[in-house]
Amino acid sequence: MRSNRMGWGLLSPTLVILAVVGFLPFIYVLYVSLFDWNPFSNQLGMLWAGVNNYRRLVFDGAFLDSLWRTGLFAFVSVALELALGFLLAQTLVKSFPGRTIFRTIYVLPLVMAPIAVGATWRLLTIPGFGPIPYYLDKWFGIDFRLGTFADQAFITVILMDVWHWTPFVTLTLLAGLTAMPKEPLEQAQVDGANRWQVFRYLTIPMMMPVLLTVLFIRLMDALRIVDEVYMLTNGGPGTATQFIGIHIYRVVVPKTDYGYGSAMSLLVLYFTIVLCWLLFIALAQVGKQRE
Amino acid sequence: MKTSSFSKALGWIGLYGLWIVMTIITIVPIYWMVVVSARSRVELFDAPTLLIKSFYAPNYIKPLTDPVFQRYLVNSLIVATSNALLVTILALMATYALSRWKLQGSDNIFFWTITQRMAPPAAFVLPMFLLFTRVFKIGDWTMFDTQIGLILLYCVFNLPFAVWLMKGIMDGIPVELDEAAFVDGATRSTVLTRIIVPLVAPGLAITFILSWIFAWNEYLFAANLTSVNARTITTGLAAFVSVTGTNWGEMAAVATIAILPALIFLVFVQRYIVTGLTFGAVKE
Repeated sequence: MRSNRMGWGLLSPTLVILAVVGFLPFIYVLYVSLFDWNPFSNQLGMLWAGVNNYRRLVFDGAFLDSLWRTGLFAFVSVALELALGFLLAQTLVKSFPGRTIFRTIYVLPLVMAPIAVGATWRLLTIPGFGPIPYYLDKWFGIDFRLGTFADQAFITVILMDVWHWTPFVTLTLLAGLTAMPKEPLEQAQVDGANRWQVFRYLTIPMMMPVLLTVLFIRLMDALRIVDEVYMLTNGGPGTATQFIGIHIYRVVVPKTDYGYGSAMSLLVLYFTIVLCWLLFIALAQVGKQRE
Repeated sequence: MKTSSFSKALGWIGLYGLWIVMTIITIVPIYWMVVVSARSRVELFDAPTLLIKSFYAPNYIKPLTDPVFQRYLVNSLIVATSNALLVTILALMATYALSRWKLQGSDNIFFWTITQRMAPPAAFVLPMFLLFTRVFKIGDWTMFDTQIGLILLYCVFNLPFAVWLMKGIMDGIPVELDEAAFVDGATRSTVLTRIIVPLVAPGLAITFILSWIFAWNEYLFAANLTSVNARTITTGLAAFVSVTGTNWGEMAAVATIAILPALIFLVFVQRYIVTGLTFGAVKE
């Protein structure tokens, strides 16, 4: 049909761009990952390596450590964000004087460049003039040095992520809460259900799709974190906050071990897709139960 | 429900207390950055206070008059604006096509574009670097370290979301409007520019702003795919860390400049930020 051709014509620039800068890298990285390729070593060109690069990954302690650290970080920070976000969203459902102002200020971190968020937290925690180490020392006698103590660095990175992203969780859950039908809640109250019962047996199940969506988006974002952490701790001290993204950026790319780096990139991508897929299944299950 | 006025008052105090604390927690880190940007090196190492006693202008003047930093700023402006424009126009065309024609397989296409948005950028840094330096080249010219490279690359992140956002808006415009115009002898392009565009203009503005903010804020790819000519402001900001004896006041000033445009834009898109960030999955 002639008119169908016009439809494809309007769609094609989008498809071409996505194919070239979105899909082609997939194929290319798959190809490169099968070779031994380090242009700045003595060896010439690309040598066929088969699955050797992937075999190396399984025994790469630094890589596995950073995977584990990334998982721990993502789990803790997203759990905190969901709990805090849910609590705060519930306080915003009913209108009260000043709500709009609180909300507007509260979402400021959302539009800040992640690298600037990292800079902000760096300024807060610099030994010597940052207020956090100063007051922790003055009031509690805690010696706070991000560059020295691994635990403090890890916790600070989590707190930074919670500061940055809880507003997003709150707003999204708030949108879900606002869209929720009011009748079942009112009916339950008439029937004498207490607050906890309403929350446990009505609010949570009805919010499940939105909760899972937020969990999904936040988990994906937390697993990909680079900018903020790079700016705040640069992966340190040692490798305490060297998450997988930073590991690739700081260790793999500068080594110009392209084949191996490609294999690692693909494996990370694979883990992400599997996780995506599991969460999608969970979402679909919840969707089915509701029907 | 029986609620005594005492517990009601307690509830109000709790509510306001909570939100005042949240506001302070949100504002203080950002405010501290502005405070640092207004202080000289010597003042910084006094006990930390939140008062701005004087304004130490050189923190701002030095980067703003530095040609290197000026180039970063201009690059960021060019890349963010061109990318947002490109994304908005492409999304308009694509969603018009998707909502007015039944195109086979188009659902699948947009499913895999989401996975691209979700993919860890760190996994793509290396392949993009290799493609930009070794594959996308014409003679001596490579896509590495060019504005056009970044403009096209950011489409990967912005286009899928823009299409999802615009699709919902476009579907809301009845086809009868198109058909009535055809009866009056209008062509497709007149319908698109004269009827559709004015109707979806608010959606286009939101798409533009959210894309602009993303492109302006992006760091990882900008850092790895540029070296001198196409560096953006975020890479300029990150460069402060690696330099020994960082001038913190100047870094704070640059960071303040970097977040300013997004904060201004926030006023316009605040209501749509949830839709934007959840990819249209949750509407507000």
